[in-house]
Amino acid sequence: MSDVQIVNAPPGVEGSGFFATSLDKAIGLARSHSLWPLPFATSCCGIEFMATMGSHYDLSRFGAERLSFSPRQADLLMVMGTISKKMAPVLRQVYLQMAEPRWVMAVGACASSGGIFDTYSVLQGIDEVIPVDVYVPGCPPRPEAIIDGFMNIQKLVQTESLRRRDTPEYQELLAKYGIQ
Amino acid sequence: MGELNNELLQQHLTGKFGDQIKLEGEPYGLLTVETSRDNIIELLTYLKKDAALQFIYLTDITAIQYPEQENSIGVIYHLHSLRYNVRIRVKVFLPEGDVRTPTATVLWNGANWMERETYDYFGVNFEGHPNLVRILNVDDMTVFPMRKEYPLEDPNRVDKKDFYFGR
Repeated sequence: MSDVQIVNAPPGVEGSGFFATSLDKAIGLARSHSLWPLPFATSCCGIEFMATMGSHYDLSRFGAERLSFSPRQADLLMVMGTISKKMAPVLRQVYLQMAEPRWVMAVGACASSGGIFDTYSVLQGIDEVIPVDVYVPGCPPRPEAIIDGFMNIQKLVQTESLRRRDTPEYQELLAKYGIQ
Repeated sequence: MGELNNELLQQHLTGKFGDQIKLEGEPYGLLTVETSRDNIIELLTYLKKDAALQFIYLTDITAIQYPEQENSIGVIYHLHSLRYNVRIRVKVFLPEGDVRTPTATVLWNGANWMERETYDYFGVNFEGHPNLVRILNVDDMTVFPMRKEYPLEDPNRVDKKDFYFGR
């Protein structure tokens, strides 16, 4: 027996020779196991993320093989490190340039809340400028924590309905950030 | 050309400027003098151009604030004579309601960004500066963050109170 683990099929109707499930579950399954992250690494958390990408922790297992350093084709914005107020417009622009569906993960204390830098020059959490899906605590978080955050994003992606981003609630959320 | 030390430097300065400068002493061997904004450029020009001094290197321009003083904001110049390997510190104290002093860019181009930084953090207006805009902080900032009129933490925040962290 091989040790290779295969992702389970989504819930659906199984019979001899056919398997039926809903489209959004199939799409969610495919999306969640081929998330392409855009690492926005500004400080120590970024170094921790490099360890996560390395062979020992190997984020590529999750289908995140292609780290996109451009917003093109990227699904997941991973913000790792202190975001100063001067950097905020840049981060926002990167987010706006990503195509829907897109997810955002705030890695570490600085990206989540400003961390120890309770200062005039530091943005007190990236959720002041862009909506965030998953926060990873830690200063810096260990690679395990980053992987845990990534798996939480995967859960969100799997269960997301194809129409969620057309809902009035989602439009309202984006409008709160001034994004149309 | 002989050597230069603090004693000689002091004699030069008092001989030239008399009571327009005030000697502050020599903490850690660094001669410190105080003057007014009316004389600062004249003093800096003398320090830089005089053959017996030659303070040609402007090490730094920065500022400081002593809120308890009447003239609370001080602009501080550090000069270094590369010829004689002697340093000097010059201070100009300004009243908080009228924080302006002539620019040193007429003597050193390097003063340009130092004065921009000092303006950015302390709100010192250097009159005659070619481009006095913020250099490090965001352009739309309305405060001068290094002034001692602001609390270290935003008092309206509750999200970092100790009880959230079991402290």
